[in-house]
Amino acid sequence: MKHLLSINDLGAEGIDEVCRLADHFTEVSQRPIPKVPALRGKTVAMLFYEDSTRTRLSFEVAARRLSADVMGFSVPSSSVNKGESVRDTVNTISAMGPNAIVVRHRSAGVPQQTAAWTHASVINAGDGWHEHPTQALLDCYTIRDRLGSVAGRRIVILGDIKHSRVARSCVMAFTELGAKVTLVAPPTLLPPAVGSWPVDVSFSLDAVLSDCDVVYGLRVQKERQSEALLPSLREYTAQWGLTVARAARLHPDALVMHPGPVNRGVEIAPELLDRPNATLNEQVRHGVAVRMAVLYLLLGADPEPRSEVDTA
Amino acid sequence: MSTVIRGGLVVDQTGERTADVVVDDGRVVAVGPDLSGDLVLDAGGCVVAPGLVDLHTHLRQPGAEEAETIESGGWAAVRGGFSAVVAMPNTNPPIDCAAVVQEVLALGSKAPCDVYTSGAITVGRRGEQLAPMAEMAALGVRLFTDDGNGVQYAGLMRRAMEYAAGLGAVLAQHCEVDSLAAGGHMHEGEWSSRLGIPGVPAEAEELMVMRDIALSRFTGAPVHFQHLSTGGSVAMVRAARQAGVEVTAEVATHHFTLTDEACASYDPVFKVNPPLRPADDRDAVRQGLADGAVDAIATDHAPHPPDAKEMPFDQAPPGMLGLETALALVLTELDLPIAEVVGLLSWRPAAIAGLKGVHGGPIAPGSPANLCVFDPNEEWIVDPDDLASRSRNTPYAGRRVRGRVRHTIVGGHSVLVDQEMRP
Repeated sequence: MKHLLSINDLGAEGIDEVCRLADHFTEVSQRPIPKVPALRGKTVAMLFYEDSTRTRLSFEVAARRLSADVMGFSVPSSSVNKGESVRDTVNTISAMGPNAIVVRHRSAGVPQQTAAWTHASVINAGDGWHEHPTQALLDCYTIRDRLGSVAGRRIVILGDIKHSRVARSCVMAFTELGAKVTLVAPPTLLPPAVGSWPVDVSFSLDAVLSDCDVVYGLRVQKERQSEALLPSLREYTAQWGLTVARAARLHPDALVMHPGPVNRGVEIAPELLDRPNATLNEQVRHGVAVRMAVLYLLLGADPEPRSEVDTA
Repeated sequence: MSTVIRGGLVVDQTGERTADVVVDDGRVVAVGPDLSGDLVLDAGGCVVAPGLVDLHTHLRQPGAEEAETIESGGWAAVRGGFSAVVAMPNTNPPIDCAAVVQEVLALGSKAPCDVYTSGAITVGRRGEQLAPMAEMAALGVRLFTDDGNGVQYAGLMRRAMEYAAGLGAVLAQHCEVDSLAAGGHMHEGEWSSRLGIPGVPAEAEELMVMRDIALSRFTGAPVHFQHLSTGGSVAMVRAARQAGVEVTAEVATHHFTLTDEACASYDPVFKVNPPLRPADDRDAVRQGLADGAVDAIATDHAPHPPDAKEMPFDQAPPGMLGLETALALVLTELDLPIAEVVGLLSWRPAAIAGLKGVHGGPIAPGSPANLCVFDPNEEWIVDPDDLASRSRNTPYAGRRVRGRVRHTIVGGHSVLVDQEMRP
């Protein structure tokens, strides 16, 4: 596999492989010196056109733990502010010979376009409303870690599905692994033609809450009020927010997940974030191992990755 | 000096017959067997048709000469068999007054094909105030449109229709309700949902078709619908015509040859407005062409320089080239009798554009010599680097098509001979 643009590039087998590799890198991350020489001499360029805290840091840490060199790129201090096009920027970065480019952009499809413009491997770190595959991978890894497997789990994805790249990748990954996914949102925050997605849809959180293994909350942005998608955030929270009262109806072992950043008090009550079944910090922690696995999968030359990791 | 087009099948609205055609001094002087002339153009195996007429061409001049000029667009036209094009008014400045009309016509007089221009319905194409249609009509403008924008306000559209009808002109509508289409970059449906690209629903077009049919019925003024792209639009136009409402319609080549699935490449070469639609709509557009609900095929030729199209999908401008591939795509993709093909591309659009008697035939002694000679069976592969247009944004790169223009004659001048441009 050359690029990771979409969860589709992996399929169930590929997701399993990433998770198996991530097990190893989790072990690596727990060593006194959490570093292996697997990608020594390789360069990973970060091309982030959008603000990001966890994804960018996570990729950087992952690359460094594999001994890769990291090329940073920050839009505010770059030629992008002088009007340079994405294509020209990609050409410029490519000319410096990175082995991989990690791309985030507010427009869907930019990683796919980038892949056509460079010889480097391209990893999608989030493109518009389209996909965020490494987020879905770390979510699969987290569910697998907590519940043993993703297959057969009943997962509720709650919130602004329409505008969410996380939702698209997660739906693909979860269903690919055999989970049963239910989307819960007001109709205005569901994607068009949602009937063509391999999911169930409910407009009522209360109707599905007591019968699921995972509630996966998505960020709901204030702008949705001005776009006439929501009357108000107050009404949203009342109808679709994961409140303390609603959480009491969850199965005690059910996980509460969220990709961050959280709009505290809007989509989820702050008290719930500190409970043992909330996985937000684990998701971030697993993100490093999962991104190490992805970088290794794309850039590690050895066809038998485990052996190299083991001897490292 | 006379020219004889020898050995072709002459096809026009009066029928089909194998005949030679002699052209002299700008006119057809003879049609019949075994004729001779000073210059001989071989038409063996070819169709000799009235020159094609494009109701919908973006020539980009004035204002965006890096994308196309009236001259380069004119050459693209004659390579595609068009002897006449109607320029769209979304230039910079827009074609919304006599001065800009005069400039376009002056530049057009040096182009290899006949260049007509539309005029804007409203000042600046902003949909607020009527443009001076009478002064533009006095210069020969017969089609008014705010193309690129639909006229949003029903009350303004009503007055524009009434006013234009008094000038003997036709209003042409780019049907798009802004409040439904705003922010969209492709058809809203399964593919936009999967790709995470904001969509434009079919209803954004259909609501305005519905409204303007009602306004046409109400005012008695004709209206022409530009680049219809949905099954619902075609069905409404079909029903309106059967009810005697004076509406006409064109469809663009890409709407019966491509679907929204093409956007999965995220290549903005497939971004166009109205957007590529699903297969059901494509098939309905084809059906409309087959059963006469739709009058004409237009190219919506919309050149953009490579830089503009090498952008993220949602930032790139909409539009694709069409002049040099339209005829071949019709012949390749539609199973229509040859006279229907020529009718859809020549005499029916000529009638809508008010060019009857000048373009669109018939091919008979005395008629102006605007002709297109094409081999309906020659196969070729579309190569973006082998186009007369200044731009390269054809969505058909690498596609094998059938049917190639061999000669084009405009006003008696052989401007394309054996596929070679003759400046």
